[in-house]
Formats: sequence, structure tokens, C-alpha cells
Amino acid sequence: MAGKTLFDKIWDSHVVKSVNDGPDVLYIDRHFIHEVTSPQAFAGIEQRGRTVSRPSQTIATADHNVPTKDQHLPIKDALSRKQVEKLTENCERHGVDLYGLNHPYQGIVHVIGPELGITRPGITIVCGDSHTSTHGAFGAIAFGIGTSEVEQVLATQCILQPKPKKMRITVDGELADGVEAKDLILYIISRLSMSGGNGYFVEYAGSAIRSLSMEGRMTVCNMSIEMGARGGMIAPDEITFDYLEGKEFMARGTEFEQLKKQWLALHTDPDAVFDKEVTFDAADISPMITYGTNPGMGVKIDEPIPAETNFADVSERNTFSKSLQYMGLEASERLLGKPVDYVFIGSCTNARIEDLRAVAKIVEGRRKSDSIRAYIVPGSKQVEKQAMEEGLDQIFAASGFELRQPGCSACLGMNEDKVPKGAYCVSTSNRNFEGRQGPGSRTFLASPQTAAATALTGVITDIRSLN
Amino acid sequence: MEKFSHITSTIVPIKVENVDTDQIIPARFLKATTRDGFGENLFRDWRFHPDGSKKEDFILNDDQIAGQVLVAGKNFGSGSSREHAAWAIADYGFRVVVSSFFADIFKNNALNNGVLPVQVSQEFLNELFASFEQDHATEVTVNLEQQEIENKATGSKEQFEINTYKKYCLTNGYDDIDYLMSLETEIKAFEETIDYL
Repeated sequence: MAGKTLFDKIWDSHVVKSVNDGPDVLYIDRHFIHEVTSPQAFAGIEQRGRTVSRPSQTIATADHNVPTKDQHLPIKDALSRKQVEKLTENCERHGVDLYGLNHPYQGIVHVIGPELGITRPGITIVCGDSHTSTHGAFGAIAFGIGTSEVEQVLATQCILQPKPKKMRITVDGELADGVEAKDLILYIISRLSMSGGNGYFVEYAGSAIRSLSMEGRMTVCNMSIEMGARGGMIAPDEITFDYLEGKEFMARGTEFEQLKKQWLALHTDPDAVFDKEVTFDAADISPMITYGTNPGMGVKIDEPIPAETNFADVSERNTFSKSLQYMGLEASERLLGKPVDYVFIGSCTNARIEDLRAVAKIVEGRRKSDSIRAYIVPGSKQVEKQAMEEGLDQIFAASGFELRQPGCSACLGMNEDKVPKGAYCVSTSNRNFEGRQGPGSRTFLASPQTAAATALTGVITDIRSLN
Repeated sequence: MEKFSHITSTIVPIKVENVDTDQIIPARFLKATTRDGFGENLFRDWRFHPDGSKKEDFILNDDQIAGQVLVAGKNFGSGSSREHAAWAIADYGFRVVVSSFFADIFKNNALNNGVLPVQVSQEFLNELFASFEQDHATEVTVNLEQQEIENKATGSKEQFEINTYKKYCLTNGYDDIDYLMSLETEIKAFEETIDYL
């Protein structure tokens, strides 16, 4: 019998029952919830006269809709306030732990899970948010779900889910200077397209992946959904264990050592078979930037936007033209040197301490361009605290950057942090869809380094050329 | 959940690929705490100017065009997992979405709300768009029992896939949660075997 993939090992050990010609009943170990996709699920179980079946396995925070300034004051927007209050009420009524506004553990749900040691190898994790794939960096099966599915998990701790196919993406070699995890994943998506992963669960492998820090691995897994994949994962190793050791909710001492032994078995067997295999050479990867309105529309930062003739298929050419029209860009245009208006450093993709440190290193002792409005939004209260302890807030302030309070912020423009109509933003977030950062906003996705360099010069800048 | 068996309806085509859930329902309209009323903001920024006036050239604003079947370019529903996208489509009055390709999460969300995603070949889709161009009154019939869609204008038929379980749920109006709650004993027994949490 052929060996098993990492994905199979975890999935198969969580199947309560397989429905004939239907989905599997999958047991969920950890369930993260937030204010936007949970209220209707709580209402649903209450209508059925149920309570949350395993409250200790659900963890809540407020992130999508919260202001990133003056968090100690009542939320000004009435609808946002109501949604956050509803979350508080629901959690109290059902005995769910909530790390709400002003709690020292509050933050973007995909940042706090790992930093608190709730996320760990070998488990199943779901959340009503597509970037739940982030947690796969620890060798867990983690994916985003809809609100009806949130309701299923609240009621039964299980979910009905068809088993996806498996893809392995191997990246071998060394990443060049100036190339980060964000560039690596933007490069992969640009090669596979925004729908290239549809129907698959991805395992990332290879020496370039193995050499990434946990935070870099999270950035990679986070954007798996941007190629349509159900999720992405990386086998746990010493880097994973070192990250988890000592985290708030992680076992300690001999119990932790015991867990490590179990986790070492979590890898793909050498003879396991994937439905699809893709390989890349790390040396081919450069700092990346997107030019269009989906994350697959990316280029190396020093390359021009493709020409129309690159798209043989009529409908693809139409999509390309429509995107460029929205972005106010021309085919074959170079992006380097293009003036932008906003820089957003934040989101579940790139708002961890390493991201903030990378930005601080670039901007220290320099001033941001006067033409740029720059937001830095830490991923969590803990990231914010750490940044302050390291004096990064001082560096940011001296350079003219605004360090705000934790939340999803301008990644999706649900709160007041929006990019205005027609304005350009270099953003470290994950989506450049039309209007994503506010109605009419135009987004260039890039790494924190590229975003920082651009903030200094006011124009799209190759970090490798910054003096 | 409302039952689904078959439907014959005119279509509303949106000839755009990669329609993401941010277009279907922008994030700023996700602040509600109930499932109702999302249809009002379906395709909000394609449908309305910032001042709230209608964009006359968008198909949903054409009084002559209506139907219960939305037809869109490939890779429909990509991006965010927001079920609000499926709620908005259902609330607006669509029962079927036809495309040559659906994003995974959207497909699940649609099925959980009695909206049937019908995946067809690119050829069938193109022909359907063309039929509509010729005659806005073009109809399709979608038969869940037969797993078949027919372009009434040309007589072209195509089979579509849906797993037996989901078909049973839609046909009978059952929710997944009803089924899961019936498995309480199995779930408890499974939990007894867990030693890693």
C-alpha cells in the first residue's frame, strides 16, 4: 500500500463517518470565531434550542470590524458596535472564551491562534474566514468555512466536508536577498493563477519552504486560498517546535516533549502520491507586485505588466483589459517609479512582529515621502506590545508612520480605514479585488519590504535598489 | 431550507470571469447580525454609483431582464468565505447559478442555502451567453433529479454533477446540521478516542 500524505494522515484521523457518495463528517479540534461571520450561526443554534456543544474548543476575538484608533472608547459606527456587542453577548451566554477589544490577547484571529499556542500540529482548525489556511503552517488542516458551517461546528463540533484532492508545491533552493515569503507566495500564485488550486489542499515542501521562519510559513499558507486552494500546510519541524515552546496555551515540560514526539510522525511518506505536483526554483523568484484585480495578476517588480498579446484566450484577455482599466494602468507599462498614495502594512498575511521589524529596519533614520499616507496596523495586542518593547513604535513615529491598534483594518475596509476612490495603495495584505480596500480603491499587493521602500520614496520601489 | 426540484426560467447573464465575493457583497455590508436583506446590496458597486443612483448599464438595473438563474463567467465566487454572498444571491431571488467553474467555499455556501451551483462546460456557457444576446427571453430548465440543464433556445442539454448526499438534502430541504445532530452518539464515541487535545 502506498504511503500517506501529511494531509491524509490528519484528515483520515478526524473522520467520524463517511457519507456514502457524499462528504465526510470531519471532527474539528479548534474553532476560531469573530464578530462578522458568527452572529447568524449563534442565532441558528439558539433557534434550534441548542447551546455550543464544546465551548472550550471555540475561541473568539473581535478583529474584522474594529477601529484601529481609540479602541478604549465605544465604537463610533453603530452597526460595527452592535456586531461586536453581539459577539460579547453570544460568548458570555455560551461560555466561549473571548479575546475582545482591549484584552491583551486581542488581534487578528489568524495572528492570535498561533501566538497563543492554540494552533498546533496535527489538528483540524476551522474559522468563518478564508485565511484560516494560515494555521496550516504548523502542519494542521485549517480552512475557511461559511456561517452555516460555523453553526454546524458550534452545534456538533463537526463539519460535513468533501475530501479535497492533494497538491504538493515544492520550492527548492535559496531565496535571494530582498525576497521574502510574501514574494514566494505571490510568485507561486502568479504562475498557477487565482483558480489553479481549486479543489486541492496544498502541501508546501522543499528547502526554500523549510528555511522559512514560522511567520514566513504563515504568510505562505495564508495566501493558499488566493489560488483557490482549500488550504495549505507545511510539515512541522524543529522551527515549528521552537516557535510553539512556551506559548501561553501550549503544554510545557515533559508533556511538550511528548507532543513533539507525536508531531515528528506528521510528514508525507516518501512513497505517498499527490493528485498534482508542481515545482519551482527559489532562484527564479524576485520581489513581486500585483498589477491587476486578482492576486494571480502579479509580476516581478522590475518587469513590465504583460502585453495584451500574452493572453491568447479571448476571455482571459477581456479579464486582463477590464482589470487594467479599473487600475488605471496600461498593458506593458512599468510599475517601478509609479507614484502611489497609500501604504498599508498589516493584515493576517503580514502584520506579525517579523514584518514590523523588517519595516523598521528599512525606515529607521529616514522619513516617509510627504505624498504618502502610511498605516502600520499590528496583527495583535501582543505584536503591538512587542513592537513597543523593541522601540519600533519610536522608529515608526520618527519616520512619519502611524502605528495603529490591532485589527483587519484596510485589508478589507470594513472599518473606517479605507483607501479612497481612485487612490493607489501598496499593501501587504492578500487581496487586490476591485473595491477591496474601499470603493474604487486600487491595490498593489507586495511584501512589507517593498511597502516600506515605497513609503519612503513615494513611488513603487525595488527594495534591492534602495540606497 | 427551501426544497429544490426543477426550474424553468429566463436568465440573468453576467459575462465576467472570476467574480469574487467582494463584488457579490462588499465587506462594508457585512455588518448585519441576521441573514436577511442582503439582496439589496448584491453586486453593490457594479449596480450603484457611490451616491446610490443606479448604474444604468448594469444588467440588474435593466427592467426588461429578470430571472431566477444567474449565469456568470468561470471561477465564480472566489475569495472570501463570506456566506453573505450566497445569502445576497438567494435573497435577490436567484435559485441557480450557472458557471463553467466555481470556487470551493462558495459552492458549499450556496448549497447550504438552497441555491444550486450548476457547473457546465465552457462551450455550453458560451452558447448560453450567445442565446441570450439573440433573445433576452431565452430560458433554461434545470432539473435536479435528472442532474440536467437545458438551453431552451438551442435544445442543448448537459449533465451536471452533485453528490448524492447534497442532492438528497436539496430535494428534501434538509440542512447539514439536521444530519450532524442525528450523529450525536457517533461523535461522542469518536471523542472518546482522542488523546491529543
